[in-house]
Amino acid sequence: MLDAKIPSGPLDDKWTEYKGHCKLVNPANKRKLEVIIVGTGLAGASAAAALGELGYKVKAFCFQDSPRRAHSIAAQGGINAAKNYQNDGDSVFRLFYDTIKGGDYRAREANVHRLAEVSTNIIDQCVAQGVPFAREYGGLLSNRSFGGTQVQRTFYAAGQTGQQLLIGAYQALERQIALGNVQMFARHEMLEIVKIDGKARGIIARNLVNGELERHFGHAVLLCTGGYGNVYYLSTNAMGSNTTATWKAHRKGAAFANPCFTQIHPTCIPVSGDHQSKLTLMSESLRNDGRIWVPKKKDDQRKAIDIPEEERDYYLERRYPAFGNLVPRDVASRAAKERCDEGYGVGTSKQAVYLDFADAIVRYGKIEAGKEGNSSKSMEEIIVLGKEVVKEKYGNLFDMYKKITGENPYEFPMRIYPAVHYTMGGLWVNYELQTTIPGLYALGEANFSDHGANRLGASALMQGLADGYFVIPYTLGNTLADEIYNKAIETSHPAFEEAEKEVADRINTLMNIKGTQTVESFHKRLGKIIWDKCGMARNKEGLLQAIQEIQALKKEFWSDVRIPGSINEMNPELDKANRVADFIELGELMCVDALNRNESCGGHFREEFQTEDGEALRDDANFMYVAAWESKSAHEWNLIKEPLVYDVVKPSQRSYK
Amino acid sequence: MEHYNMNLTVKVWRQKNSREKGGFQSYPVKDISSEMSFLEMIDVLNEQLIRDGEDPIAFDHDCREGICGMCSMYINGKPHGAWKANTTCQLHMRAFKDGETITVEPWRAGAFPVIKDLMVDRSAFDRIIQAGGYISVNTGNAVDGNSLPINKDKADASFAAAMCIGCGACVAACKNSSAMLFLSAKVSHLALLPQGEPERKSRVINMVAQMDKEGFGACTNTGACEATCPKEISISNIARLNQEYLVASLTSDK
Ligand SMILES: Cc1cc2nc3c(=O)[nH]c(=O)nc-3n(C[C@H](O)[C@H](O)[C@H](O)COP(=O)(O)OP(=O)(O)OC[C@H]3O[C@@H](n4cnc5c(N)ncnc54)[C@H](O)[C@@H]3O)c2cc1C
Ligand code: SF4
Ligand code: FES
Repeated sequence: MLDAKIPSGPLDDKWTEYKGHCKLVNPANKRKLEVIIVGTGLAGASAAAALGELGYKVKAFCFQDSPRRAHSIAAQGGINAAKNYQNDGDSVFRLFYDTIKGGDYRAREANVHRLAEVSTNIIDQCVAQGVPFAREYGGLLSNRSFGGTQVQRTFYAAGQTGQQLLIGAYQALERQIALGNVQMFARHEMLEIVKIDGKARGIIARNLVNGELERHFGHAVLLCTGGYGNVYYLSTNAMGSNTTATWKAHRKGAAFANPCFTQIHPTCIPVSGDHQSKLTLMSESLRNDGRIWVPKKKDDQRKAIDIPEEERDYYLERRYPAFGNLVPRDVASRAAKERCDEGYGVGTSKQAVYLDFADAIVRYGKIEAGKEGNSSKSMEEIIVLGKEVVKEKYGNLFDMYKKITGENPYEFPMRIYPAVHYTMGGLWVNYELQTTIPGLYALGEANFSDHGANRLGASALMQGLADGYFVIPYTLGNTLADEIYNKAIETSHPAFEEAEKEVADRINTLMNIKGTQTVESFHKRLGKIIWDKCGMARNKEGLLQAIQEIQALKKEFWSDVRIPGSINEMNPELDKANRVADFIELGELMCVDALNRNESCGGHFREEFQTEDGEALRDDANFMYVAAWESKSAHEWNLIKEPLVYDVVKPSQRSYK
Repeated sequence: MEHYNMNLTVKVWRQKNSREKGGFQSYPVKDISSEMSFLEMIDVLNEQLIRDGEDPIAFDHDCREGICGMCSMYINGKPHGAWKANTTCQLHMRAFKDGETITVEPWRAGAFPVIKDLMVDRSAFDRIIQAGGYISVNTGNAVDGNSLPINKDKADASFAAAMCIGCGACVAACKNSSAMLFLSAKVSHLALLPQGEPERKSRVINMVAQMDKEGFGACTNTGACEATCPKEISISNIARLNQEYLVASLTSDK
């Protein structure tokens, strides 16, 4: 049985009650307690800074050359908070409710409510650190809206919100490093968890510069290692994003929850050819002003600007009049796939739809002309003014689009298509963010807890910082209070020795295969299997087939992969091989999970389970649970169910019509 | 856009590690599409090298969308290549013509030692930040975000400086290997905000001292840094830095 350790009492009071009663560690004892933090993106950097400030002895790890480069840096659109600065009806409850509903009623109420509660502290904290959020002329913070909501609660810094938030957390972290409270290990990759007497007590990490394996002890270990979207090969994730840390934890006993809940983002630059190494997101914020459409005629060869208004199908506005272009991501992605599958797609590949700013440019141009009090402006002059406004709002995204495609989005509509973006699944954690291994925690995208079957835009940054700055400082203390009598364990302990040997053996085996196929080629093949059969739409037959194919691929990988170079040096191919080996295993579990879940919900769309008009059909009677998988053997898992209990929200069919 | 394919020669710096000497090697690559990114072209070359039993070229990269600051190649004599306001990962092959030879080197600067091939160690930048590139507020102490209105122009100017991605191209472009553009961006980001006020003087003094300690060169105002910066960080930030430094050294009690 899984105990989520949700505090009793009314939903509104749970977190306050918890904080009021959790155990504390006194400052002198904190200095004796060592904490390992793997990953220094938003979740890890904020946790390392906050715990360092409290006085814990922190060791932090990342595989990039600096914590400032974590994948969090790429977030464009914004971060939500229930500040209600716009006086448009927002509240903690509404943010909580939107997130639960957006997640298609597969998230845990207590965690999500806490997230909404602390969201407002995050903005205050970031402002105090000097994060340069966008502001209005009056000097106050500016907001915009994001998909799946009807209020403006998203804070942003042009199209670089993730960068600015990460720089804020990075600065706080560097300050703690300078003070000696945090020791930073960049260019290090965690390759194993060390367990002693059932508790997580350390890690084995590989120094990526010289290839050496290192042992590190911690009274607790925090995994803040991000999501596993790169299992699909092509995704909007950074090239190095991986599942290795969470997967190694899983194989050592941590349950993995809802692995099949993955998010396909509707607005990305389409694939241009076989050489493609990654996909680029065009922020969801663009859907505030851009209108999505395809031609009404199949296989229409005309240029977008030559297609008259009445021959365009603004299919989101048509199908979902209440939310229009601002429906949640899963809904928007499926709708794009549906149109393209039916033959209405555009561009050379026909796997794209238009995102058009022409109307927004005219609308903004008229407003600007109005401000100048000049009603006699020509359409051309209005368009010039409107383009300026659009440039101010989305300039860097438009530039990025132009660099990649060579086309000017101010003149022609963008072509976009859905791409893998985020993973809602992750290590199972309880209310305290502790996994099923005592002493092992998971924060940020690495855990499963807050977004159910679909994440709303601008809420991952919020979750990462909530976990790191405001949740873990309390919940970790509650566990570590019992550890004050336990001295640090020497890394000569047999458990460390054994774990290191396991890692060394695995690396040796990989290097000695000396086969004929590159790591990259295996990754591409894995990605294709999962995208085709466990992507935007899934069915039983396809999933069964995918499992067979992945098992065969695994065999082939372990007998024919070619890794050049040697072990004791910088060897990026070896690093990649370690990651791809884990992705292959995770891919299988994703399909197992998708096969088990005989319903459609959020990003998990099983073709067998849909309403007459093609919407996801949930089965609350049988599937209102978190599927937590425990590793039994290479290809076998135990399913443990955490029932989801909705005390406050009444689950209903999600409607954005 | 018209697409085309090309055959190229890539002349690239190979260096096994920081101790051994490096040198150039030339490799032919075929059928490169103009739609590829520069790094995708390197991927193709690397796949070819691995199949031929050779060691692939090591290089830093992660986001591949111009924001993490990890990629760092000196391409045909320019950090990040010829496109303006651009990173290596965003450079696309339509910038090149069939038959060209492309020369690729790592960042060259004493403070950025080569780790392998095109990878360099930029941890000096982190240490400069550690010397004072932050605002000393502990978590949980903050007042309401809107209790401190900030003039939009100031906030925008601060943001423009905060856009620095810490890539180090400015250092690589500078004949003196100066890190002044990078440092001035951070100092300006914080000095332009009221939150940065309390530590304004000690910050600039300590960060400049650390920069000198790391072995970066002096600034002689050549402007090469601004011209190469992928985020178009303005050289006016260096003027602000000098001003801040002067005021701080004249009036600080430290
Ligand atoms: C293009 C893009 C745009 C986005 N835009 C938004 C947005 O506008 N709003 C929003 O809310 N969310 C957005 N998201 C989602 C959001 O950015 C991420 O979910 C979030 O930043 C993840 O943060 P994290 O701290 O959990 O992990 P990450 O930032 O991914 O950090 C992972 C860390 O773990 C380290 N690591 C990983 N594995 C290992 C290992 N084995 N050993 C050592 N270290 C390891 C890495 O070095 C890194 O430091 C976006 C995502 C993408 C891809
Ligand atoms: S100032 Fe520009 S070139 Fe220098 S590190 Fe920052 S972004 Fe790179
Ligand atoms: S790889 Fe991130 S900026 Fe180039």
